[in-house]
Amino acid sequence: MAIVLDKSHRWRVLAAHLFLIVLVLLVIFPFLMILSISLRPGNFAAGSLIPEHISLEHWKLALGLSYTAPDGRLVRPDFPVLLWLWNSVKVAGLTAVITLTLSTTAAYAFARMKFRGRQAALGGLMLMQMFPAVLALVAIYAIFDRLGNVFPAVGIDSHAALLLAYSGGIALHVWTIKGYFDTIPVEIEEAAKVDGATPWQAFRLVLLPMAVPILMVVFLLAFIGAIIEYPVASILLHEEAKLTLAVGSKLFLYDQKYLWGDFAAAAILSGLPITVVFILAQKWMISGLTAGGLKG
Amino acid sequence: MMPPSTSKRWLPAAGVALVLIAALYGVTLVYAAGETLLAGTMLLISALALWVYSSRRTYAYRYLFPGIAAALIFVVFPMAYTMGIGFTNYSSKNLLKFPRATQYFLDETYQAGGEPLAFTLHADGGGFRARIEEGDAGKAFISGPLALKGTEPLALKLEPAEQVKTTLGDPLPLKDVIAKQPQLKALAFVLPDGRTLRMTGLRQFGPVQRLYEKQADGSLLNQQDGSVLRPNFDSGFYETASGERMQPGFQVGVGWANYTRIFTDKAFQEPFIRIFVWTVVFSALTVLIGSALGMFLAVLFNWDALRFKGVYRVMLFLPYAVPGFISILVFKGLFNNNFGEINLILEALFGIRPAWFSDPTLAKLMLLIVNVWLGYPYMMVICMGLIKAISADLYEASAVAGAGPLTNFFRITLPLILKPLTPLLISAFAFNFNNFVLVALLTGGRPDFLDTSVPAGTTDLLVSYTYRIAFQDSGQQYGLAAAISTVIFVMVAAISLVQMRFTKIARDDRR
Repeated sequence: MAIVLDKSHRWRVLAAHLFLIVLVLLVIFPFLMILSISLRPGNFAAGSLIPEHISLEHWKLALGLSYTAPDGRLVRPDFPVLLWLWNSVKVAGLTAVITLTLSTTAAYAFARMKFRGRQAALGGLMLMQMFPAVLALVAIYAIFDRLGNVFPAVGIDSHAALLLAYSGGIALHVWTIKGYFDTIPVEIEEAAKVDGATPWQAFRLVLLPMAVPILMVVFLLAFIGAIIEYPVASILLHEEAKLTLAVGSKLFLYDQKYLWGDFAAAAILSGLPITVVFILAQKWMISGLTAGGLKG
Repeated sequence: MMPPSTSKRWLPAAGVALVLIAALYGVTLVYAAGETLLAGTMLLISALALWVYSSRRTYAYRYLFPGIAAALIFVVFPMAYTMGIGFTNYSSKNLLKFPRATQYFLDETYQAGGEPLAFTLHADGGGFRARIEEGDAGKAFISGPLALKGTEPLALKLEPAEQVKTTLGDPLPLKDVIAKQPQLKALAFVLPDGRTLRMTGLRQFGPVQRLYEKQADGSLLNQQDGSVLRPNFDSGFYETASGERMQPGFQVGVGWANYTRIFTDKAFQEPFIRIFVWTVVFSALTVLIGSALGMFLAVLFNWDALRFKGVYRVMLFLPYAVPGFISILVFKGLFNNNFGEINLILEALFGIRPAWFSDPTLAKLMLLIVNVWLGYPYMMVICMGLIKAISADLYEASAVAGAGPLTNFFRITLPLILKPLTPLLISAFAFNFNNFVLVALLTGGRPDFLDTSVPAGTTDLLVSYTYRIAFQDSGQQYGLAAAISTVIFVMVAAISLVQMRFTKIARDDRR
């Protein structure tokens, strides 16, 4: 388009850049601050925003190492950050595997089979995910408290309880995967069935290999969803060694015991990998989600 | 194709049988523990599973069953259960089921008639032995070797001293007995004549008896003073004749009492209404500001004349990619009244130190700032997608007509993206209506109202208020919290209905 650009246009471009730069600064201010705080000595140090001398004490503590303070004291880590990270990764990884298994099989039935109650079940799933788990916390607590009286392995303060509580959150994923299955021509599976494949074989050996991209997306979505989940984890886990990151990180910032610098290092240590995974998966996610959302 | 071999045909059947036996065993265990409802649910699911995986007609359901069962058990059932709890008095005072509360009273003991017996503790190899002396009768009894490591209840038979072939050293000093007191308290010594002794003092063990005995009519007779405790199934407590309530209480249904309390009890009604209003204001403002900012950025990024769009976009997207719990806690630290970096900057620039966490208005402002920071990138991404779908012809035509950017936005962009955007805005509203994580991690609902008898915060949303009633400072009133949750369910359902309506409009429009 060849449009004559006048002077006001140039001003507008400049203003837009100015606005965006200010906004970007505001948005990334917390990230820069947290980096600077993690590198400056002490938990209360105030004064300059850019640390004058760099100290790795908070990073050592976050990694579970002790360090010797300038006055000769040996400072030990207050919280097992790496253990929490491991707990989070373990719970989230297993949750993602369970979620993927449950939602893929269900999505297969919804996409390829005819049965009574299909539409109702699909609508019910949609409805279900509108009610967040935080509304049922009392019941979730009561259920696992009572279950734990009989089977201590799935009671309060066990990761198994958390896994079970998360395993029900498949509604959105079923829709996503079903939407993707709908885009794969059914003829390929039918050809396999003509060659003597059972429905299970057609599913496992023909359809699943073609659906790997969406399975990756759902795996990552479920993984990240479980890592950042706070409400259910906060009522089911109490023991310090069992906590996940989302619950444990809060302990750094109590008014009585304010470990700002230690928190900063721990936050970067744990937040960075999750953020990188999220950004890498972002492209697939948007395409996967719209594919799931638009098909009815 | 080869016919399947016999082993292949038998293997699944054997597997099913094994799983079934395990399931039945589990159900029996749960039932034996007195959890009838839980046992019933498990039995029902096992039966359904058996039917689905054995009948030929239910082939499709085999794929559905695990997922749907998990969703029903861990999503739908807790919600139904929440509604059920809302009609009970389940709380820290009425924690136990009736049989368990009864058992608690039946397990209580008191020191029965008969003199306490002198007790001494002696070292014996690596462990201990206890010696009980009945001064009047001149008899002494000695226990077997004791480890005194655990505190589980344990009943031990004592032997007359002359029958035990061991020589005891001097009694251990009191400080050693004090150190072992918790372990000793768990012990019950049974004398050869059948009397049971429990620790009643550092130097003595006395005969004790059960305090209550169950009567035929369900009341409990106090053996010591002859008074009677009767269970009151309206209040959920055992009560004395004068109506005094005995701890622990038990769970009973209370009908609509919790709801009456929420809506008519002044102490609850007032904070409830205030919190409801703030919840609506908070969600509406968040969505409004967040979507306005997101939309504006999306329009900017659609502008051809603007360069470095990629860099800006990645930077501005960051808040969405960082895990929420981390960003919220980062803000909690940055906003800290005394040593937060934000106040540091504000003081250097303007000489002010706003009390972000103790002033209600500022705390609300802070919540909004943080939530917009967290939420606008999502709106930005969505709006960018929607704007991309608008045909460029429209803008060319308007450029020919000499329209400026404002006209373009209000006459072309906004009308075209508003319809598909509305359902998303409503679900964003619903999400923020229940944005528990933000409030729980940033302010915890504080600062609290000063003029309410029930702890309630000025920044509390309905969900975080519920959480506080259930799990924090108000005595774990699960029943009441569940009733409030049920009220929120109804509100969310109403929002969802509106949303589905708009989704349908948007979809019909697209066709």
